[in-house]
Amino acid sequence: MPEPKQPEKLIDDKGVRIDGRRLDQLRPIKLEVGILDKADGSAYIEQGKNKILVGVYGPREAHPKHIALPDRAVLRCRYRMAPFSVDERKNPAPSRREMELSKVIRESLESVVLTDLYPRTTIDVFIEVLQSDGGSRCAGITAASLALADAGIPMRELVAACAVGKIQGHMALDLSDAEDKYGEADLPVAWVPNANLVTLLQMDGILTTNEFETGLTMALDACKTIHGMQQEALKSKYLVIKEVAEEREETEVVA
Amino acid sequence: MVIVAEPKQVVAPGELLAEGDHLLGDNSFKVGTRIFSACIGIFEVDGNRVTVVPLKGGYFPRVGDLVGGRIVDVGLSGWTVDIRAPYEAMLPASETPGPRGPRRRDLSESFDVGDMVLSQVLAFDRTRDPLLTVKGPGLGKISTGRVVEISAAKIPRLIGRKGSMISMLKRETGCQITVGQNGVVMVWGKSPGNERVAVEAIYMVEREAHTRGLTDRIREMIAKSNVVGEVARTQTA
Repeated sequence: MPEPKQPEKLIDDKGVRIDGRRLDQLRPIKLEVGILDKADGSAYIEQGKNKILVGVYGPREAHPKHIALPDRAVLRCRYRMAPFSVDERKNPAPSRREMELSKVIRESLESVVLTDLYPRTTIDVFIEVLQSDGGSRCAGITAASLALADAGIPMRELVAACAVGKIQGHMALDLSDAEDKYGEADLPVAWVPNANLVTLLQMDGILTTNEFETGLTMALDACKTIHGMQQEALKSKYLVIKEVAEEREETEVVA
Repeated sequence: MVIVAEPKQVVAPGELLAEGDHLLGDNSFKVGTRIFSACIGIFEVDGNRVTVVPLKGGYFPRVGDLVGGRIVDVGLSGWTVDIRAPYEAMLPASETPGPRGPRRRDLSESFDVGDMVLSQVLAFDRTRDPLLTVKGPGLGKISTGRVVEISAAKIPRLIGRKGSMISMLKRETGCQITVGQNGVVMVWGKSPGNERVAVEAIYMVEREAHTRGLTDRIREMIAKSNVVGEVARTQTA
């Protein structure tokens, strides 16, 4: 697949973006929980063309033993992009970017996981980007917090994340790959709703104070929406079983 | 003192459960006066106490728990046992029944790598790995019957309120069932058919732990399976 050409305009005259969205519109998001059998917890997210799979293991014995902490669990995080996840083959060796994202994702999740309940153990989070389309660190956090919850690991709440950016002088929500590449700025945000904490905030490019503030408001609103979807996705796994089981009972009673 | 969430319903981590002076049960935490859920589970209110019964999660050892484990290593003075917890458990040779004093013989004569043992947690705290014992009635090597491994989070449901679920299972399938707190369940039946039905029922409890009327549904499932019916008939005849 050749590298996509730079579009002439990221926003057309009517204020519509290249993928047909308005400036304050999220890409379609699909969330699924518990799709890996062997992992303790797992989640899958599709956000636009992003496809990300997350597996969580733990709490489990720490290996190597010297990394264990006497008073709490160690949270380990690995963000990885598959060689086929981008237009040109990505070298499968861990890149500088992947290591950085692993670190910031870990830090954004560490603030919600109740690690002090499991001293001397580790909790491992593996984020595998199967297909990348911009904003994958945010989609990764969204899915990783779901996978942690699916593993039954005690946590304060789910973390929702979303990016905003600046394209052709306008602040726009949830940038796609092209908008990220050819836009002017990118601002990923992760948010913890009840505690009202921002656990990830990075910025690439230049924004004025005003732009930053409108952008942050847009991102937090989007995080609220995503947080609702996360809760729904997590519960639906169990509600489906419940409905099927209880319906079966009703039909049996009738029969 | 307000209960916000709907009791008996599925709650997600961070969901507001109640406000005010409630007692904190498992998997709940307080911020100011507001009480939140810490995991995915079923919200329960018991008097003034609010609890979330988890739907998933591993086993965390507690002193006195009955656990089924697999021997992973044989040492000079004891065994290392996998009890499906985040910690490796030790079973010292001194905690096996038999004569005291130094023993010359190889410990693998008693339990070898891969053997299943039913044991009890003798000691455990945050700073030390769990210590097991096989001294006690019914404890020791498991060499007959079937071993079923389910999620430790579903064990309270398998036992049921005051043991209602497990006693029904034993009665209806005619099997002897021992439940390890770590999710290892042992089944001994009169015939392979009985055991199969009991195992099926145990998996059903694991799958549908959060649904209503589960005990009745399982009783019906067992009644429908011909095997147990036949056994029951031959017993009455």
